[in-house]
Amino acid sequence: MAMPSSLLWAVDVFGRVYTLSTVGQYWELCKDTQLEFKRVSAVKQCCWGIACDHQVYTYVFSGDVPIRYQEETYENQRWNPVGGFCEKLLPSDRWQWSDVSGLKHQQLDSFTLPSPHWEWESDWYVDENIGGEPTEKGGWTYAIDFPSTYTKDKKWNSCVRRRRWIRYRRYKSRDVWAKIISQDEPDQLPDPFNDISIGGWEITDEPLGRLSVWVVSLQGRVWYRENVCHHNPEGSMWSLITTPGEVVQISCGPYDLLWATLWEGQAIVREGIDRNNPQGISWSIVESPSSENGIMHVSVGVDVVWCVTKDRKVWFRRGVNSHNPCGTSWIEMVGEMMMVTVGLNNQVWGIGCDDRAIYFRQGVTPSELSGKTWKAIVSGRESDRSQTGSSTSLLSAGCFFTDDIQNQTNAIIQGDADTSSDTELPSVPMSLANTPPTGAAGSSSGNGTGNQTAETHANLTVDPLDSDQGEATVASTSSEKANLEIHRTSTNANPSAELQWTNIDLKEAQKHPVLSVSTFAETSSLSSLGMFSVGAEEQYGADEHPLWAWVSGGGCLVDLHSPLKWFTVPSGLSSSVQSLSLSITPAQTAAWRKQIFQQLSERTKRELENFRHYEQAIEQSVWVKTGTLQWWRNWKPHKWMDVRVALEQFTGSDGMRDSILFIYYMYHEEKKYIHVFLNEVTIIVEVLNEAKHSFALYTPERTKQRWPIRLAATTEQEMHDWLSLLNMSCCESRRIQGPPSHHAIWSVTCKGDIFVSEPSPELEAGPHLMPCDQMFWRQVGGHLRLIECNTRGIVWGVGYDHTAWVYTGGYGGGFIQGLASSADNIYTQSDVKCVYIYENQRWNPVTGYSSRGLPTDRYMWSDASGLQECTKTNTKPPSPQWSWVSDWYIDFNTSGGTDREGWQYAADFPASYHGHKTMKDFVRRRRWARKCKIVTNGPWLEVPPVTLWDISIIPSSDADDEEAVALWAIGDKGDVLCRLGVTQLNPAGTSWLHVGTDQPFISISIGAFYQVWAIARDGSAFYRGSVSPKKPAGDCWYHIPSPQKQKLKQVSVGRTSVFVLDKNGNLWYRQGITPSYPQGSTWDHVSNNIRKMSVGPLDQVWVIADKVQGSHSLSCGTVCHRTGIQPMEPKGLSWDYGIGGGWEHITVRGNATEASRVTMHDSSEESPAVSKDVDEESKEKIEHSKTPLMVSESQELDRNAVNC
Amino acid sequence: MTDDKDVLRDVWFGRIPTCFTLYQDEITEREAEPYYLLLPRISYLTLVTDKVKKHFQKVMRQEEISEIWFEYEGTPLKWHYPIGLLFDLHASNTALPWSITVHFKNFPEKDLLHCHSKDVIEAHFMACIKEADALKHKSQVINEMQKKDHKQLWMGLQNDKFEQFWAINRKLMEYPTEDSGFRYIPFRIYQATTERPFIQKLFRPIASGGQLHTLGDLLKDVCPSAITKVTEEKMSELNAENNMNS
Repeated sequence: MAMPSSLLWAVDVFGRVYTLSTVGQYWELCKDTQLEFKRVSAVKQCCWGIACDHQVYTYVFSGDVPIRYQEETYENQRWNPVGGFCEKLLPSDRWQWSDVSGLKHQQLDSFTLPSPHWEWESDWYVDENIGGEPTEKGGWTYAIDFPSTYTKDKKWNSCVRRRRWIRYRRYKSRDVWAKIISQDEPDQLPDPFNDISIGGWEITDEPLGRLSVWVVSLQGRVWYRENVCHHNPEGSMWSLITTPGEVVQISCGPYDLLWATLWEGQAIVREGIDRNNPQGISWSIVESPSSENGIMHVSVGVDVVWCVTKDRKVWFRRGVNSHNPCGTSWIEMVGEMMMVTVGLNNQVWGIGCDDRAIYFRQGVTPSELSGKTWKAIVSGRESDRSQTGSSTSLLSAGCFFTDDIQNQTNAIIQGDADTSSDTELPSVPMSLANTPPTGAAGSSSGNGTGNQTAETHANLTVDPLDSDQGEATVASTSSEKANLEIHRTSTNANPSAELQWTNIDLKEAQKHPVLSVSTFAETSSLSSLGMFSVGAEEQYGADEHPLWAWVSGGGCLVDLHSPLKWFTVPSGLSSSVQSLSLSITPAQTAAWRKQIFQQLSERTKRELENFRHYEQAIEQSVWVKTGTLQWWRNWKPHKWMDVRVALEQFTGSDGMRDSILFIYYMYHEEKKYIHVFLNEVTIIVEVLNEAKHSFALYTPERTKQRWPIRLAATTEQEMHDWLSLLNMSCCESRRIQGPPSHHAIWSVTCKGDIFVSEPSPELEAGPHLMPCDQMFWRQVGGHLRLIECNTRGIVWGVGYDHTAWVYTGGYGGGFIQGLASSADNIYTQSDVKCVYIYENQRWNPVTGYSSRGLPTDRYMWSDASGLQECTKTNTKPPSPQWSWVSDWYIDFNTSGGTDREGWQYAADFPASYHGHKTMKDFVRRRRWARKCKIVTNGPWLEVPPVTLWDISIIPSSDADDEEAVALWAIGDKGDVLCRLGVTQLNPAGTSWLHVGTDQPFISISIGAFYQVWAIARDGSAFYRGSVSPKKPAGDCWYHIPSPQKQKLKQVSVGRTSVFVLDKNGNLWYRQGITPSYPQGSTWDHVSNNIRKMSVGPLDQVWVIADKVQGSHSLSCGTVCHRTGIQPMEPKGLSWDYGIGGGWEHITVRGNATEASRVTMHDSSEESPAVSKDVDEESKEKIEHSKTPLMVSESQELDRNAVNC
Repeated sequence: MTDDKDVLRDVWFGRIPTCFTLYQDEITEREAEPYYLLLPRISYLTLVTDKVKKHFQKVMRQEEISEIWFEYEGTPLKWHYPIGLLFDLHASNTALPWSITVHFKNFPEKDLLHCHSKDVIEAHFMACIKEADALKHKSQVINEMQKKDHKQLWMGLQNDKFEQFWAINRKLMEYPTEDSGFRYIPFRIYQATTERPFIQKLFRPIASGGQLHTLGDLLKDVCPSAITKVTEEKMSELNAENNMNS
């Protein structure tokens, strides 16, 4: 599965709960079948339901990452001259056992499990950390008095001390229906429950995984479940919400939309729901679209509302949004439903009134929220699979079918009214206007309808075993026509309907196909819906397809780009019919492909083998692609100018192709040109630019200058055509094809584009080190934030939305088409990230804070720097490939904290911001975020379901193909995870093993000898002891103090070297690591100005440097290579500069290609760019470290001998 | 299979070794040597035989030359059929190289279309492309293309530029992922055994039940008489032709 899969939940008329995956084809019975259910309401991570006992249950999916909750309590002591520190406290002191504030008495044994769904993970233990620093054994922290600042050191005036006790409990009732037990006020409880709806997770993510759970009791009262979140999946208690009348049913969207229906037939809409008040404040009433038929059922999405009235008519509410949750008016939709459910992306499902089938609304897009047509989901149940195929009636019909077709050889089967998605019917059935009159072509639509009918009937009879299929066929073929027909009759029957209902201003527009409906009128008009043929239903129907009672799409993400398999009958069902068509499996396809390819090869051999010396009929000549592009001109003032561009390809004497790119421009009325040999180009990279479709072309020379050739095309397609062609030419001239090798170096740009480079043996060692500006980078499709690899070709990536991806072994994808892209192993990939803008305000004595700033102030809507005006309306997604997927919302997760409205305060712009207002603050700002999404493709497959923050793969191991490869990761909630079952054959692995920590982590790295290092969110480092193939998760964490109180952010462990990076951009090397003391002793400063680093299996060090000065320009985010690294000089000597700027991430952990090592002469000088930045201290160290290099020559050679 | 470049390449670079000899009754000034060429299977005879024409014209008097045409064992070869088709249809059992006789006189008006310039071939080629797209996409793709794209397709074929051709042709071979195939499969079945020039019929890639149709289904449906005779080899060739039929 390429796209992340999600589930549609449904309950059949017998109360059995089923799920249907977006990548699946069958309804699967819910794992826990103990109970029968009335209602379910699902989101991505869980489902809530009301069982037949009228109790509420929650079903939390199992996962590799446990749901755990940390209980803590403090043990407090005071010093007295007699007993030293002891339990005897002063009367005015806090409890001996208390919470962190000291106000609440909590002894160890006062902690009990909140429900039977929890279990303790271990016993109580003492936390021996304070703020990232290890404490003395015992974990005591000292202070002068309560409450005060605690330190880990005991001083002369330390009169009190305390320590923290920790115990974890774990939620165990996963993948089962866990009954929500109401301990609180049982008499007030709303038994029995009648309806349930969950949602609201987009309102705020504090606490993590927060959900709004709403229920309705049979008495018509509405209850809200308090404190439901990730680590408290059951919530804590029910709160009664007063309503203006008796409520029947309720629906809660992902954001702040909440509607309910009243017994009287009106809908009520909750107002005032926001992050500070997820229960909302008040109700507004919305009248039913029909005076005689009240609203029976309502379902809401992000900004849509659908309802069903008592006459089963379906209605869509117009004009609904966050500011106007009531919307403006109803639109009547085609179809009659029992109920409808709105899912993610505002997609809609309904249960058909007569057939109890589940219908999916086709064509729901952001621009057309009401969609186009209903389409029946025909997926069978898993359990039905074995039962089908028993009836074999009407096989003789097959003969009729074949004969019929034979007679029609020269007739055209009339073309349209085919699939129901095909709604934009042209006025002419099929245009063959361009078709030259050939023997068989010639349209005869009169005849055609007859054929169509014949064909349809034939289908019905030929595939009698499968009513779903027959039904679907007819449903889709006839729906348009039938719709028309039905609406004629229904309008006749109820001609005044539109006049009576004053608040309806629209009915769903009817499609008017030109085709004659006569042949279908008889059958379809019998059906009230026109969505299926009654004939088919009666003949083969009811007992075969499931009858549904309830459906919930709240956890189901249907992407416009991912095709669903719900609408075709699984081939397994029809395979038993000795049918005209085979069921085609991927294996068969592969076999056919192989066979066809083989036969083609044989043909080529047969026809060409003895004749290769023959002259070719067509001479291969120079081929030119020309076009007009814009070029960022070389001279000042720099600007885009129109140029003519030509790519000339020629075949060299060696038979290889090479190409030259010419750029023709005018300079002072003079025609000039520049040209680039494509075999010198090191990279062609798209440039992030919202206004232009531009790309940059680098050669080693231009990398040194930090001044690429920049070109822009007028359309994205044109740019991609050029990029594709230029890329192919570059690869051709360098003879690079196929997938990257296991040693490849991978990197990611700030745009999320992925590049890969084949390392030459001279890259890391050798007499003539290859400068890294000569590396050739080619693009691989996809979009990632980071990427990690190892020497065995296992590559993982993490997207901006934290989705984990594993490399499939393919190449190409994205815009790279045709030859430069592999045929298989390319899948759809999507990513979501946020665009941020800032709202800035200044305080003035008259109006307080207002959007009127000083004339010298920044824009009142700006980017983070304040230099660029960014308003909600003028801010565009990062490039045309991105599209908005949310509206603007206030971001409360800004560093420095915010107040309840998201504001951060400061004395003046620009300054450091804090989350509360003080007397000295005169300006404030708040950050707005908006999500955007890219859909592309590349050689990546999702590794669901855990989302990740960081990953690391053991760089080299002698494992064979079957043996597991160590892969560690940090989940996006800070959990440390260890992937099991990762092998070369199965790089995705099988499952996650959770490694307990006392705090969230942010970075992890595993070295060649299973040395696992990690960085916690508080900036401290940890070493994991005893990790080995036998014990993949190790045993315990050792706390490693950070260098000079710096907060660390990244760690990378190579063969033996350990490097860390702190939040101020300093790179540190761990001194004193030995096999017997793997934690090392001290941190040595290596460099500053570093953003990201990667230490490889040769202990080579590559970084992304923040700023690098080129001869023409400065670049930020530049790939740099540490040179002069030797076994006795693990910190290296200087930097060599490669591609950039704009790079975010690099991994060299696959590159173990080692040229024969010769002692390095100091060929590369310390470059001015970095020496300027490197502080004196580290410079000194560099000087020092040069001396032992020469001494250790012989020793070093010995080591190499050992290495080999 | 449109993204399977190995297959596409093999189809594109299919060549038939051919020996052209001048018809014995043509009047020449000196003896005409046979001319040997590798003909691209997917191209058209009159598009790739400039060299042949020049070769034989050198030995002929100007006044003897009128429109060139080709014949194999008495059958005039239709230039508007792809070369590979002509070979498979008429000469698949022959020993290689394929021996074609070149004529400059007595143009068989009733059998062949005139081909006075490359424009005629281009027009025919584009008509085929358009017809195929009408079946595949209701002509939407071809109509959305610019003139220069059409030109690139033609130039790709004319100059035997695989990449140039496929850079455009891939758009013609795509379909939206929500559809699982083209509207109709563009195909023609030529048979040496029948009088009828070819069989062509609307055929959907997906059965009404959702199963993918195979070539076998198509043949059973359209040309059941062929099914017993068609060997596996034939089927694959048909399939290959089908791939190119755009």
